[in-house]
Amino acid sequence: MPTGPIELFALHHHSSSEDRAMAAVVKEYVDTNVKPHVAEWFEKGEVPARELMRDFGSLGALGMHLQGYGCAGTTATAYGLAALELEAGDSGIRSMVSVQGSLAMFAIYEFGTEDQKQTWLPRMATGEIIGCFGLTEADFGSNPQGMLTNAKRDGQDWILNGSKMWITNGSVADVAVVWAQTTEGIRGFIVPTNSPGFVSNIIHKKMSLRASITSELVFTDVRLPADSMLPEVQGLRGPLSCLNEARFGIAFGALGAARDCLETAIDYSINRVQFDRPIAGYQLTQKKLADMTLELGKGMLLALHLSHLKDTVGVTPEQISLGKLNNAREALKIARECRSILGGNGITLEYPIIRHMNNLESVFTYEGTNEMHTLVIGHALTGLAAFK
Amino acid sequence: MKIAVCVKQVPDTWAEKKLKADTSTLDRESADGVLNELDEYAVEQALQLVEANGGEVVIVTMGPERAAETLRKAISMGADAGIHVLDNNLAGSDAIATSAVLAKALEGRDFDLIIFGSESTDARMSVIPAMVAERLGLAQVTFAQKVNVDGTTLTAERVTDYGFDTLSATLPAVVSVVEKINEPRYPSFKGIMAAKKKPVETLTATDLGLDPSVVGAGAAWSAVADFAARPPKPAGVVISDEGSGGTSIADYLTTSKFI
Repeated sequence: MPTGPIELFALHHHSSSEDRAMAAVVKEYVDTNVKPHVAEWFEKGEVPARELMRDFGSLGALGMHLQGYGCAGTTATAYGLAALELEAGDSGIRSMVSVQGSLAMFAIYEFGTEDQKQTWLPRMATGEIIGCFGLTEADFGSNPQGMLTNAKRDGQDWILNGSKMWITNGSVADVAVVWAQTTEGIRGFIVPTNSPGFVSNIIHKKMSLRASITSELVFTDVRLPADSMLPEVQGLRGPLSCLNEARFGIAFGALGAARDCLETAIDYSINRVQFDRPIAGYQLTQKKLADMTLELGKGMLLALHLSHLKDTVGVTPEQISLGKLNNAREALKIARECRSILGGNGITLEYPIIRHMNNLESVFTYEGTNEMHTLVIGHALTGLAAFK
Repeated sequence: MKIAVCVKQVPDTWAEKKLKADTSTLDRESADGVLNELDEYAVEQALQLVEANGGEVVIVTMGPERAAETLRKAISMGADAGIHVLDNNLAGSDAIATSAVLAKALEGRDFDLIIFGSESTDARMSVIPAMVAERLGLAQVTFAQKVNVDGTTLTAERVTDYGFDTLSATLPAVVSVVEKINEPRYPSFKGIMAAKKKPVETLTATDLGLDPSVVGAGAAWSAVADFAARPPKPAGVVISDEGSGGTSIADYLTTSKFI
């Protein structure tokens, strides 16, 4: 009886049975409700976001590692493992949950007033309200400091102008957390998407994350009451701490996609016969499988180490960069190698690999590009910031 | 109302199962233990009844140490407490002994309703609910596809070969439910985290006042004399249709007693 790549590492010793029970529930949900449909969603470029979000809400997966306000209050490890199981389904599905919990909800949870938290978080935790997070702009990706979106005081109110790009859940969201320049530096605002002057445009012609909604948000004189502003943070520290939460989830999540590719490739190679024997019996294939298993297991150990830090002494942004950079990069390599094992079958949506592979191109780039995380690590090692 | 749900840990439905050469019993190490899938419907039904009528749900299981995980899984769906009958002397118990143990664990606790799944996916006998009801002297409504409780009256639809019968009984009663009855919920993360704080009583056969000689493999009314792997499937029959294909298929089905 062959051993699975994750089982080979006996990684269950790094998590509690409770953490694994939560991951198992997500896996069961994904196997039943996502995997059978996701290829079709991907092909059509659509996803039943509202329905899925409700389900994730009833599982307790939205803002799961936050305390109170209807959130489950799990460990960071449970959150990571849940992200992994979601992304074993599809990176787009994990993105949907990450954006809701780690970006939109976390921003309100960390920087909002008690009223703001009470108003938004319980209904976001159930999935009744969908949130999105507006930081990136068309011309300001890695350098959000230069953002053009701005909010100006008008009496007690704020008037918001500008636009945001590449916003996951943008066109399905009920509320957006938007970061904008003000005279007091960058500030966060809670913006209901039905506010007059708020327009979202779905980004079409994507070849990646097709089972996920990505949008442009445009604000034209959107009037916001004074209590829309998140008072507890000023400057880029606000959005960047949210991104840290989400990047932590990606360090796990990307490996879910990789695991699904690798399990598919192992299974395929055992059953695919060429020259009268399974291709899994050839040394070239076995080397590919062994190398990928090593990278997957090492990535898991790194992710679990980060979650252990986060659950105990805390994890630094630089450490999260190590995880996001390595695991998104290795996951993408694993997906490409698995594609080669499946040959021609590897390019169809009959198998999950090309879908994961295309998705991982986005995962590699979003939430801090490969280059930016490299330079964050370089900065930590040398004290010299190469990106400024 | 106070509801007990009896659940069983079974080997993972999808795993390759092995029997132990020495005892002819299942090698539990060969497969992961999971909550018997059909018991999830029983848990769901109990939770729905309590959500509608108030009360509490207690999960009851008999099994080795690792069955505690299964008990927690069932509790994490939203139940309030658990009872685990854990005793090495119980290993190898047949249905008669199992029903005696469960009846002892259930009696005297004022349950209004005791719910079972329709069968376990390993033994597949479906007899435990009836045996337990008989031992406790309670009404039994088995294979229910619908259960309603109004005061102390239970009404249920019992699935039969030709449709269903509508039955009613006075509580307390024993019910087994079929898959059609509901869609079991997933344990929520909050449920999983709360489950470890829910009280679980662990009891031995002696605690229950059972004579060790009436339980376990030694007391079983039947024994496995021998076992062998299933022989490989014989090659299928190929029928070429030369105008009589339909008849040939019908003949084949008749010979095999399918029709």
